[in-house]
Amino acid sequence: MPQHINAQQLPGDEAVPAAEPHAGHLPPDRAIETQADLSAEINALADAYARALKDGGAVETQPRLDYPPYRSSILRHPTKSLHHADPETIELYSPAFGHQDVHALESDLTIQHNGEPQGERIIVAGKVLDGDGRPVAGQLVEIWQANAAGRYIHKRDQHPAPLDPNFTGIGRCITGPDGSYRFTTIKPGAYPWKNHLNAWRPAHIHFSMFGTEFTQRIITQMYFPGDQLFPLDPIYQTIVDQDARDRLVAKYDHSLTEPEWALGYTWDIVLTGPKRTWTENEALGAEGDEE
Amino acid sequence: MSNQTTKLVPTPGQTVGPFYGYALPFEKDSELLAPGSPGSIRLQGTVYDGAGETVPDAILEIWQPDADGKVVQKTGSLVRDGYTFTGWGRGAVGYSGVFTFTTVNPGPMSPGAAAFISVAVFARGLTNRLFTRIYLPENEDALAKDPLLSSLDPGRRRTLIARRDTDGGLTWDIHLQGPDETVFLDFR
Repeated sequence: MPQHINAQQLPGDEAVPAAEPHAGHLPPDRAIETQADLSAEINALADAYARALKDGGAVETQPRLDYPPYRSSILRHPTKSLHHADPETIELYSPAFGHQDVHALESDLTIQHNGEPQGERIIVAGKVLDGDGRPVAGQLVEIWQANAAGRYIHKRDQHPAPLDPNFTGIGRCITGPDGSYRFTTIKPGAYPWKNHLNAWRPAHIHFSMFGTEFTQRIITQMYFPGDQLFPLDPIYQTIVDQDARDRLVAKYDHSLTEPEWALGYTWDIVLTGPKRTWTENEALGAEGDEE
Repeated sequence: MSNQTTKLVPTPGQTVGPFYGYALPFEKDSELLAPGSPGSIRLQGTVYDGAGETVPDAILEIWQPDADGKVVQKTGSLVRDGYTFTGWGRGAVGYSGVFTFTTVNPGPMSPGAAAFISVAVFARGLTNRLFTRIYLPENEDALAKDPLLSSLDPGRRRTLIARRDTDGGLTWDIHLQGPDETVFLDFR
């Protein structure tokens, strides 16, 4: 089970106002930019992308590293273009994870404490596929999220919403032979952050995945359908293409919903295409965990 | 297994955000070997932003062959038994932007090849993960012949080569932006 609830104290402007009296009700002093200011920037970038597409520009399937409305990215994005490289040697393999690493119960985030967590119990399930549509079997999936009230257990999160003594918000699993994963958890709440005045993140679950090659490594966020905060959120909007953004939104799936128990959401993850040839693949022999 | 050729569009990445600290780190995550064990070295460095300030909320992963240049395919990275070298580790930077791993010098994966460690970088404010490499500084001939390094101008090439410390360890810094900006890779 996750042992690490030793929250780190991290400085940063994404933290919400300190939990003083009135915090969360009064505007924080330094966040003078409003949602209207940010939305104007977001919309201008969206319009420019739409025009570029119309003029035959390339579809952008990944987030922009340089996306000024997400203020923390301004000093943290590379300004030189990424260097095109052929992956070599070690990059064509992935670390192996297995049942030595992850206990089966770690995929249920609702049973990590003595009582039931507050909130709406949900099942999130899907498959991890590579760019060729092949299942990624026996690989590690990690998730973390806020509780139903939109509060992370992280010490730096001082959003004055309640912590839940029965919810940590960390899960792990190893994908099945068909690339499948499945978590039982609580639907996370939206939460405020300090990108600008009245900034709120749409409810999301952080996902971390490995492929069969290290070049396929991805950390991303899964969202819930119909969230009214999507157009306002500078992080979701770092992906300027609507079809690409839609790939982060789970689908409600009634066939996954369990009677008298939990609502079901389906979300598949597609990694980038594998680069290794079959010969190299087979040369390695059996991979991963033997169990 | 069928040789399916359906090309699917990859799922977009998103920032790791500020609150990974209770989720991604785990016990001995950055200790690929026990510190002080035979053959172990310290790999350390600092992550900087475009203003030259240290970045206190970044997390790195390294993935490397063993000292003989062999790819390791053993499980047990998340629950280390203290004896099995898995080749993979994860290390969050501390408050001062410094990360530390305990590992081995990777061996070259073919005779005469330059030895390197593959790196993935995640940070708050970084909208998607970045890939880069850490080369060992010693074998000048191999470095000169390396396909990636030889495609870079000398000023940028040095951002991928670690310095050898007097204790035998390696120091290698990351500059996300700025005049010393690290070379980050886009794999074809």
